[in-house]
Amino acid sequence: MLYQILALALKEFQAILRDRQSRLVLIGPPIAQLLVFGYAATFDLNNIPVAIYNQDNSYLSRELVSHITGSPHFQLVKNIQKDDEIAPLITTKKALMVVHIKSDFSTEQAVDYSSKVQVIVDGRNSNTALLSLNYIRTLLIDFNQQYLNDRGQHPPPAVLEIRSWFNPNLLSRWFIIPGIVALLTLVVPLIVTALSVAREREAGTFDQILVTPLSPFQILVGKSIPGIVIGLVQGTVIIALTVLWFNIPLLGSIGTLYLGLTLFLMSTVGIGLMISSLSVTQQQGLMGAFLFLVPAVILSGFATPIANMPELVQDLTYINPMRYFLIIVRGIYLEGNSYGDLVSQFWPMTLIGLISLTFAGWLFKHRMY
Amino acid sequence: MKNISEAIIQLKNISLSFTLPGRIITALDNISLDVKAGQITGLIGPDGAGKTTLMRLLSGLLRPDSGQATVLGMDVVKSPQDIQSIIGYMPQRFGLYEDLTVQENMDLYADLHNIPVSQRASRYEKLLSMSQMAPFTSRLAGKLSGGMKQKLGLACALVSPPRLLILDEPTVGVDPVSRRELWQIINQMLQEEHISVLMSTAYLDEAERCDDVILMHEGRILDQASPDDFSEKMHNRTFVAHSDTLSKRHLQFRLSREPGVLDALIDNDDIHLVMQEPVSDGLPLFKDIDNLTIHPTRPHFEDAFIALLKKNPVSKTTSIATTNLVDKDKTSLSTEDTSNNISKDTTESIIKVDKVVRRFGDFYAVKGISFDVKKGEIFGLLGANGAGKSTLFRMLCGLLPVSDGRVEVAGHNLRTASATARAHIGYMAQRFSLYTNLTIKQNLMFFSKAYGLRGKKQQERIQWALDEFELEEYLNTNSNDLPLGYKQRLAFAAALMHEPDILFLDEPTSGVDPLARREFWQRTNALAESGVTVLVTTHFMDEANYCDRLIIMASGTELATGSPEELRSRFKTEQNPQPSMEDTFIALVESKTQQGQQS
Repeated sequence: MLYQILALALKEFQAILRDRQSRLVLIGPPIAQLLVFGYAATFDLNNIPVAIYNQDNSYLSRELVSHITGSPHFQLVKNIQKDDEIAPLITTKKALMVVHIKSDFSTEQAVDYSSKVQVIVDGRNSNTALLSLNYIRTLLIDFNQQYLNDRGQHPPPAVLEIRSWFNPNLLSRWFIIPGIVALLTLVVPLIVTALSVAREREAGTFDQILVTPLSPFQILVGKSIPGIVIGLVQGTVIIALTVLWFNIPLLGSIGTLYLGLTLFLMSTVGIGLMISSLSVTQQQGLMGAFLFLVPAVILSGFATPIANMPELVQDLTYINPMRYFLIIVRGIYLEGNSYGDLVSQFWPMTLIGLISLTFAGWLFKHRMY
Repeated sequence: MKNISEAIIQLKNISLSFTLPGRIITALDNISLDVKAGQITGLIGPDGAGKTTLMRLLSGLLRPDSGQATVLGMDVVKSPQDIQSIIGYMPQRFGLYEDLTVQENMDLYADLHNIPVSQRASRYEKLLSMSQMAPFTSRLAGKLSGGMKQKLGLACALVSPPRLLILDEPTVGVDPVSRRELWQIINQMLQEEHISVLMSTAYLDEAERCDDVILMHEGRILDQASPDDFSEKMHNRTFVAHSDTLSKRHLQFRLSREPGVLDALIDNDDIHLVMQEPVSDGLPLFKDIDNLTIHPTRPHFEDAFIALLKKNPVSKTTSIATTNLVDKDKTSLSTEDTSNNISKDTTESIIKVDKVVRRFGDFYAVKGISFDVKKGEIFGLLGANGAGKSTLFRMLCGLLPVSDGRVEVAGHNLRTASATARAHIGYMAQRFSLYTNLTIKQNLMFFSKAYGLRGKKQQERIQWALDEFELEEYLNTNSNDLPLGYKQRLAFAAALMHEPDILFLDEPTSGVDPLARREFWQRTNALAESGVTVLVTTHFMDEANYCDRLIIMASGTELATGSPEELRSRFKTEQNPQPSMEDTFIALVESKTQQGQQS
């Protein structure tokens, strides 16, 4: 019994690894995605292109300007000389933000102890606009405090003292990269398994297998093994890279992480095999995989918090295995969660895996042509 | 009247090769030929001979590496567009749009060929009446039967009256009735519109209907002559043998082992013999075989074909296999030589089919079929595409549940049977389903393990498969890159790894050339002789003669069941004292449609 399962699993590996294209699918996209998400996808803004329109030319205004230009978040693209130059810079996206210091800035400050700085921001992408406004606000608060200190005056009555737990410097990379472990171990095993039965149906070899003494259960296990093994190998490579290359802290136990990974892979492979058993051609299998993938990623909390979704959609996320695994990876990486903390995430994935695998096995013989 | 000798196609020293990863395939090897206008020229050759490549080249779809090719006086390299506008080309899988109706498909091809709307109505009428498709103009092309699809494809290729019609295996996989209709259309176009036709075919009997035949093999032209000339070369070499004491299958084996015999083939009730040399003084003598009656007969076209191919042992793919085949059978059969196959145990039914029905929604694919198969029989399931034989076959193998009725194979319903019951079954799926990117070795390893073979036994069986099917030299070749004949052998080997008692073969000879078909039936016969029960589906009517008994199906119902001799004898008439299986099939279908019209 075990002998035949292993024979089938070996054949599956050979079928995947001997094909140049599917070898590439296993290696290329995961590395590309890791690099893209690791370096390109970040919520942090660096080098915000800013133009400065300083009409005042006083010591105070120059001090403020040097605060802005000295910050790593901002990059000066132009010193503006007249009003007409503002609009073209924003509309052509050469600058995201224009800081306008009026000519009476320092005189007004000398009289009223306070003066206004105008900021014009490109609001087309609301998210980056808000983020960049946040930076300039923080920068101005710092500027004010330093000004008061330098002159030995009293600081403002209340000052924020922020400490961010789990991610002290609020690096978005710490949030995104553990999520990639979940994303990548979802994509490749899902596609590998979604094609496996469909490929055989298309070629007619599935009938050949069904006629052998192999039972549907043996076929199911034999077909699940490659997906799970590929997922584990890939997961290991990615986890190693996150720790060694991207320096993300992995606080929890590796064992718990792998338990979560295995259960997650089981549910992924189950869904992949279910899609595959429903498909008659590889094309249908691939399409089914993508029809599942896109909503599964969006409704997982990978990029946008589940709590922000409408309630009905929030209920829908409970059938998405990635939702649970994301909580597990983030919990283990940043919080150092233990097995006990995560039991409530383990059993739903197990349930999804068992149901989908059972259904896939049933479909082997009952899918009509 | 056109000048008959005018050449419509001229090829001079044409060569063409394809580069695949790791190897170069020479598809056309220095070919020179002329095709005359106003007649049907048949292009014949085994699979991979280069027929399709040649046709694509003539249609301006491929460029030759060297040489010169002209079609209707135009160079295929310089003016492919001009050629395409005046020829009709129908590839093997004609580009019908399955989601369009018959009429819409024809409109589309009329649009593509810029036919003025004023001319369309009369053209459509003619084509539709010729192809008898007029009642189906609003049906989706995807819902047509295989034969009707081919007729529609031909009609579309004829929408713009072509001067030259190039047809690539137009009759492959088509039932005999539709085949006959396709030929009628082609002949009618030839007479009424004076077109020229170049067609390739896998059916050798069709070659006899051509005016001129080009025989291709491995990218070369073996011969070009009229069918009569081909047959003339076989003069005094063909005989019919009959024995009252030996079964025809047994007699075939005995005769094929005799020295001087090139080919022995079951032909209706007798054995058709082809000798290596002409026997000018009377009849060949076979002293060892008793009660043999033998007399000369008219050669078939196929005899000439086989004789030519066997004389040209250039190919590893076909000729080695066939020249060794006879010797092979000597050894494999000699052990069973004494087994008297006539007194077979005829009481035990190993497969029972009782009023089986299969429904898909409102559509009945199989409407209450019953038959029994006895142990050691070769039982045939015959019928055109869409007759329901594949559905029935799948139910027998347990791949599809029955809607009503009962199937039993060796006492089990295979759908619910245990693994041990299924271990007695061998199955060879249509289109030789193998793992295409696995090597021969890996395929055999997998199937042997799936059947639970291990250790020494496994090694033995794999070695047996490699020896018996001569697969050794391709051991580490991906099965996808094998010639079709070898794919068939590998699929057959995989089905036999575990020495099954019952063998299910679904269209095992579809698409392979006559040599591979012969070889396949030799093996199947040997298996049946050793007591294996074989259930086989086929749409080659002449192969029915290899079966002990068979059922002929049409649209899900049984037309007739019985031995080939019985069935044929029903349609003996004075004009046709020896009806062939194909005549029988057509007569059965026609009597069925008449009944349908009367009721």
